[in-house]
Amino acid sequence: MSNFGDQRIARRFASMRQQGRSGLITFVTAGDPDLGTSMEILRRLPAAGADIIELGMPFSDPMADGPAIQASSQRALRAGQTLRRTLGMVAAFRQADGETPIVLMGYYNPIYSYGPAAFVVDAKKAGVDGLIVVDLPPEEADELFMPASAVGIDSIMLATPTTDEARLSRVLDYARGFVYYVSITGVTGTQAVDAERVETALTRIRRHTELPIAVGFGIRTQEQAAAVATSADAAVVGSALIGEVARSLESDGTPQRPLVDRVVGLVSSLAQGVRMAPVRGPSV
Amino acid sequence: MDGVNTYRGGPDERGHFGIYGGRFVAETLMPLILEVERAYAEARSDEAFTREFAYYLHHYVGRPSPLYYAQRLTERLGGAKIYFKRDELNHTGAHKINNTLGQILLARRMGKTRIIAETGAGQHGVATATVCALFGLACEIYMGATDIERQSPNVFRMKLLGAQVRPVTSGHGTLKDAMNEALRDWVANVEDTYYLIGTVAGPHPYPTMVRDFQSVIGSEAREQILAAEGRLPDTLVACIGGGSNAIGLFHPFLDEPSVRMIGVEAAGYGIQTGEHCASLTAGRPGVLHGNRTYLLQDNDGQIKDGHSIAAGLDYPGVGPEHSWLRDSGRVTYVSVTDEEAMAAFELCSRTEGIIPALEPAHALAHVARLAPTLPQSHLLLMNLCGRGDKDVFTAARHFGIDL
Repeated sequence: MSNFGDQRIARRFASMRQQGRSGLITFVTAGDPDLGTSMEILRRLPAAGADIIELGMPFSDPMADGPAIQASSQRALRAGQTLRRTLGMVAAFRQADGETPIVLMGYYNPIYSYGPAAFVVDAKKAGVDGLIVVDLPPEEADELFMPASAVGIDSIMLATPTTDEARLSRVLDYARGFVYYVSITGVTGTQAVDAERVETALTRIRRHTELPIAVGFGIRTQEQAAAVATSADAAVVGSALIGEVARSLESDGTPQRPLVDRVVGLVSSLAQGVRMAPVRGPSV
Repeated sequence: MDGVNTYRGGPDERGHFGIYGGRFVAETLMPLILEVERAYAEARSDEAFTREFAYYLHHYVGRPSPLYYAQRLTERLGGAKIYFKRDELNHTGAHKINNTLGQILLARRMGKTRIIAETGAGQHGVATATVCALFGLACEIYMGATDIERQSPNVFRMKLLGAQVRPVTSGHGTLKDAMNEALRDWVANVEDTYYLIGTVAGPHPYPTMVRDFQSVIGSEAREQILAAEGRLPDTLVACIGGGSNAIGLFHPFLDEPSVRMIGVEAAGYGIQTGEHCASLTAGRPGVLHGNRTYLLQDNDGQIKDGHSIAAGLDYPGVGPEHSWLRDSGRVTYVSVTDEEAMAAFELCSRTEGIIPALEPAHALAHVARLAPTLPQSHLLLMNLCGRGDKDVFTAARHFGIDL
């Protein structure tokens, strides 16, 4: 396997650190509301200010997600999205962009059904840099993350407010690329982030790891993104972008003309918020 | 059994039955599940807990449930001697209360003040609402909107018992969607809430814990058949949705090589139509709701909604221990269609004066197929795990009668 494209995530965080700023990670569901529209969104995310792209692999039973992402998963599946198609989107994106890291996020069953060993090889070929699998805690992670690590795909682990010290070290044993801190106890898109509590939590996590930390699950606005960016290495926004997709659909589900512009516009405004945030001191 | 080859030793310390089971949940839930595991391990070895559980099973649920020789059915089918384990006579009308009672005692020990549960047919919802009323705990039941419509008597019962019933409209509005929603609730209410799962599914330790609480069925049946016949039964039959009544009957007999066991899944409109809930017969291994097990899914690993006339069997998965028992060949799994189950429902009502729930009517349909092929000396023991009061509207509709 060629080394081209290796370490995109690490290189991106290093370059943001050099620029003295935090980053914006955007989550959209692959294939929502349809393959063509979703592909157009994906292509325009980097120019709008997305530093890292999280691409949701839709699943019929998204247990950790709130109504917005549940609905987006169903729209994508209805439009015929499959895991194979999602990898196809990444490969198509990579033809024009060899630098923006792409992290696939979702649930384990579609990957298990594909076959973990075959999946990580195909994902690497397509240009995937990292994986977040919500329902794969460290206790069950070996069967996917060992083959992933062998092909050079980062396993991005979730830490949450309920993760105590003992579990944290267990979670961090598996963490590669960055740590994803879930800022609320709840499903995606349902509560607002509390920037102060996040800062306390990040201080605690940084005592155990030198990896960058991204914060997500409660960030909807430019102000919230900016507030989180003062302490986090990156802010993740998902449900708010998905909400913009949902608002731009006709009642029969067809996308209105400006759908992509609206989503991209929101990304620009969030990126501005993140870039305005006061610089955090060197974390290491 | 030589002690090496036991079918009763599982799961391992991480909750695996072979490749099945485990703990596939979001990190937010992991600490909670570990807490339940610790608390259950303590309770299990605490005699006071065992005594309390036994007390309520006897005085409140009405256990032991009788083991009844179904003489007229036996004569009618003209073969094996048929016994019913009468768990439909339990308080609230099904086996579900064995488990809710065990878990509510655990939740109390853990100091939890709010109980959530999922329900399909409503039997587990009613059993949960019942024990919450008994101990004065707040109770919220997640139920698919489709199921709320077809099980309205149970919805009313839950409300009468003081529970809040939360309709779930995501997905297809059935049991699996209710379970997703209950998990979402738990993630958002980690401090005070206990999730009371109704079947032998979910993340470890639930499949083991629920099995242990339901094993009272098989332990009683074993003593009762020995008293009645002086020997063990030849065949056990039970219906399988998630599989809690079946594992409860089977587990105490698993290491008796002479006892054959058959689990009966719902074939709905027929396996070939794709409209069924027979995950062990027609599914393949996957990961859902915290465990690896046989699931109904498409080629992309998306979970398919099943169909059964019995709402309690309408689940696209099955407990992980059943998956392991299937692969190991210890238990045989077969399936029965809606039509066959309804014929058995009618047969049991008219022959024995017992209106069974539609779920055990599936087990009975297989008994009706099997018994005539066996000699009269063959002891066939079936778990009659629920009564049919809740199903009279569905049955009337099926038979084309306007109530």
